[in-house]
Amino acid sequence: MIYALCFILFLIGLYGVTCKKNIVKIILGMVIMEYAVNLFLILSGWRKGGQPPIIDSQTNMETFVSRAVDPLPQALVLTSIVIGLGILSLMVAIAIRLYERYGTFDITEMRRLKG
Amino acid sequence: MTNNIITLVALPLGMAFFIPMIGRKLRWVPDLLGNITTFALLVLAGGCFQQQAVYNLGGWPAPLGIVLVLDGLSSLLLLIVNLISFMATLFSVQYLEKLYTSKLRYYSLFLLMVAGMNGAVLTGDFFNLFVFLEIASIASYALVGFGCEAEELEASFKYLVIGSVASTFILFGVALFYSQFATLNMADIAFHLKQSGFDQISIVASVLILVGFFVKAALVPFHAWLPDAHPSAPAPISAMLSGVLIKAIGIYPLARLAYNIFGITPLLISVLTSLGIISMMIGVLMALAQWDFKRLLAYHSISQMGYVILGLGLGTPLGILGGLFHLFNHSLFKSLLFLDSGSVEYETGTRQLEKLGQLAKKMPVTSTSTLIASLSISGIPPFNGFWSKLVIIMACLQASRPGLALWAVLGSILTLASFSKIQRYIFLGQGQEFDLEAAKQWHEVPLLMRIPLLVLATLCLFGGIFLIGGLQGPIGSGVQALVENSTVYISKVLGR
Repeated sequence: MIYALCFILFLIGLYGVTCKKNIVKIILGMVIMEYAVNLFLILSGWRKGGQPPIIDSQTNMETFVSRAVDPLPQALVLTSIVIGLGILSLMVAIAIRLYERYGTFDITEMRRLKG
Repeated sequence: MTNNIITLVALPLGMAFFIPMIGRKLRWVPDLLGNITTFALLVLAGGCFQQQAVYNLGGWPAPLGIVLVLDGLSSLLLLIVNLISFMATLFSVQYLEKLYTSKLRYYSLFLLMVAGMNGAVLTGDFFNLFVFLEIASIASYALVGFGCEAEELEASFKYLVIGSVASTFILFGVALFYSQFATLNMADIAFHLKQSGFDQISIVASVLILVGFFVKAALVPFHAWLPDAHPSAPAPISAMLSGVLIKAIGIYPLARLAYNIFGITPLLISVLTSLGIISMMIGVLMALAQWDFKRLLAYHSISQMGYVILGLGLGTPLGILGGLFHLFNHSLFKSLLFLDSGSVEYETGTRQLEKLGQLAKKMPVTSTSTLIASLSISGIPPFNGFWSKLVIIMACLQASRPGLALWAVLGSILTLASFSKIQRYIFLGQGQEFDLEAAKQWHEVPLLMRIPLLVLATLCLFGGIFLIGGLQGPIGSGVQALVENSTVYISKVLGR
């Protein structure tokens, strides 16, 4: 169920990227898409009532294995958030430069390249 | 040489940040360091050629840690990437001096891109593949918009949006695979897929990943970004993008996934061959109508990628041999053509065919190398493009698909037609807006720009010899890596 919601969020982002004319809205759509994937990744490691995956001297290994959440998706999500940040900042920088050149955020008015 | 393949990733990555740190004061430092780095990478890649190795990052064994896998296919790709990047940096020295500023940032982004491509070719881990893919892609987005003119920014934004949607698709697919099999190692996923077969989630995940890589490889109908992005970049970058980037992060992962991870199926064969034919024909037909030198070349990249995917998609050893050999040849002649367009732009300041003319006498090296590359790409004997196209066509006939062979021949004829247009307008004849007064100033480009042109032209001329030995020859080990079924790949990486 919750995975289906993730997928719907992904599709909303995709809709924003493909159908909107305003650059800012396209960027927002892109961000929503990335967050949907991040959410999905973190959910895949989640379990109800789980404990943090940290082992110390008192940890009982049996309860640890049965109750701890999967730490790998958390590491993956951190990486993918950083990558998303890189893309987002580059996208915003280019959008600002485009606004300086064209005086608009509307992509239908940026049509110097065609063919 | 093979037990430190991590150097191929670490060296450019380190230098990418080292050059801007020390190169601020002295103007010649970035040039020198950039060229030394790419040359060292070329030597390393040459040493790795046809070797086999599995490297555990951080000492963690295969299914848990990240592994780098060097086999016939990745060593071939490594050689191509590093050869072209050395040629491109050599060309950049004088080219950037005249047309662009900020060499520091240029070399920094360039080496990041090389690091990303080397990593993507070597890695045996799905998420790591995504990370390297993004390193190479983000550097290339920035390099496409390097000139900061309106058109370049527009092309860069378009490329950025389409490229990151594709990357998000790939990440989603990887996440689905992880939730299904709780592993990220490609060989481990192949092992699980072999054992349990494809269920619904695996099918969705593999389709998402394949579509993502179709976009990165710019196959029609996923090609819209390429004809804008490739011409807008500086010429050495165009050579890198068209010559190696779409192969290292587009075609290579597709081939690896289709053969070693998912296992080739009749459905996948028909998808790949039909995408190949469509890209081949649409690319060349669009190219015929172009009047911008680099834009015409960019459409030809789409068309030639169609040939490569057609060869790889046939699923027979001969087809894969043709596809890989054409991939190798395309990186040589397409980067040569883009460097030629760069030297034409360097002298004349324009890329419009209408405004150029009579360069054959004024720029003999450029015009001769363009002629050689044009004949190669059109498949005229004895240049290298002829041999690879011949192998692909023979493979089509051998797989008893004569229809495909016919399309391939037709595509080749149309390629010849559009390249005779380049010869007619730029080098031999003249365009309608040709200005005789301006033309008196034009002469041959400096020596440092001529060297890469001559080296690549020589390789194009004698490239056919790499085919000697066929499946046992230099290209054959790459074919071997693909045709041996996924069991061999799994046992190589995981040892089970």
